[in-house]
Amino acid sequence: MSVHNLEQLFQDKIDAEIKIEPLDWMPEAYRKTNIRQISQHAHSEIVGMLPEGNWISRAPSLKRKAILLAKVQDEAGHGLYLYSACETLGISREETINDLHSGRAKYSSIFNYPTLSWADMGAVGWLVDGAAIMNQVMLTRTSYGPYARALVRICKEESFHQRQGFESLLVLSRGSAEQRAMCQDAINRWWWPALMMFGPRDSESTNSDQSMKWKIKRKTNDELRQQFIDMCVDQVKLLGMTLPDPDLKWNADRNHYDFGAINWDEFWQVVKGNGPCNRERLQARKQAWEDGVWVREAAAAHATKKRERANAA
Amino acid sequence: MHTYIRRFFYGDIPGQESGGAPNPQGPKNDWPLWEVFIRSKQGLDHKHVGSLHATDAQMAIENARDVYTRRQEGVSIWVVKSQDIHASQPEEAGELYDPAADKIYRHPTFYDLPDQINHM
Repeated sequence: MSVHNLEQLFQDKIDAEIKIEPLDWMPEAYRKTNIRQISQHAHSEIVGMLPEGNWISRAPSLKRKAILLAKVQDEAGHGLYLYSACETLGISREETINDLHSGRAKYSSIFNYPTLSWADMGAVGWLVDGAAIMNQVMLTRTSYGPYARALVRICKEESFHQRQGFESLLVLSRGSAEQRAMCQDAINRWWWPALMMFGPRDSESTNSDQSMKWKIKRKTNDELRQQFIDMCVDQVKLLGMTLPDPDLKWNADRNHYDFGAINWDEFWQVVKGNGPCNRERLQARKQAWEDGVWVREAAAAHATKKRERANAA
Repeated sequence: MHTYIRRFFYGDIPGQESGGAPNPQGPKNDWPLWEVFIRSKQGLDHKHVGSLHATDAQMAIENARDVYTRRQEGVSIWVVKSQDIHASQPEEAGELYDPAADKIYRHPTFYDLPDQINHM
């Protein structure tokens, strides 16, 4: 069968909403796109632990500390589901991680922003996890089976992340003047970076077209971003806070909120490595990997020793 | 006669071009990959939930507990080295499942019985 026929059969399956599984024939570009997307999604979960890890030892109560620990632990788990899904495409775990450390692979730029106050934990849960959930709910219907299944699991768990964030902001919004100011400040700082999480405008996105045709993505960046904005405008009212965009206005013709200009220069700067924390985040990941060498070696040696003893017995 | 079962490097990943071959020059330092199966409650089957790396079976079970049962999703865990799993080939599915394709009389709805009949 010619490659052309195989590609047609492949596209027919996608069009018929039949999932692609690891053993199925797939175009090389489909495999590569998925490896890139899934591994970078995994890296985002892992790097995403760092901004919140910053506050575990400084959480204001034991309850908040336990919640934060559980959330960060979930993110480690989500990273692992995704790395496993990625490996079914034929790349090893170590190669994936090396690509992160060498800078070949990226992670979500949002995690290159610092978490300056306790209110940031709430804002990250509400806005950052909220934006991530929009993307991830869409991806539960992605065409690659192992990726879709990992996303179903992730979405089930992620809902608590957003809810605890909003609840945490709600408590601050009902607190002292200082706490309310802290809450508003966190919203102000995280709003625009959260909108950038959906990626460049559709007119400038290089990956979108083919990904839509292959149903790796099911909605465009701009569609998801608009959906997120419409949702947040209502939610922020419950906090008695405002979103830092004077141009936010209901547009009855479009049935959506209009919003102000996003600072795309900032977006590209952070993507290129010049965000406030890019160097720090990557350094922390490399350090963790290098500090763990002896643990990995010791565990492997221990397993070998146990196996040899079992064989000798 | 076709052989319907073939060996794979690990998991569902074949050594040939169909799914994307592992990079032969790639690093080989990863711990072995294990497939994880979880019984969600007594009386149900173990179901495949994903995979993970571990040095041995005990570590695989402990890691599976942390990765796949953080919300009490399981009462029993199986782990199997991925390289020990053998899989049928999608491209041979036609021949493999062909024998069942023309036997509709195996289904109860094949039999046309009077409406008056009860308990059947």
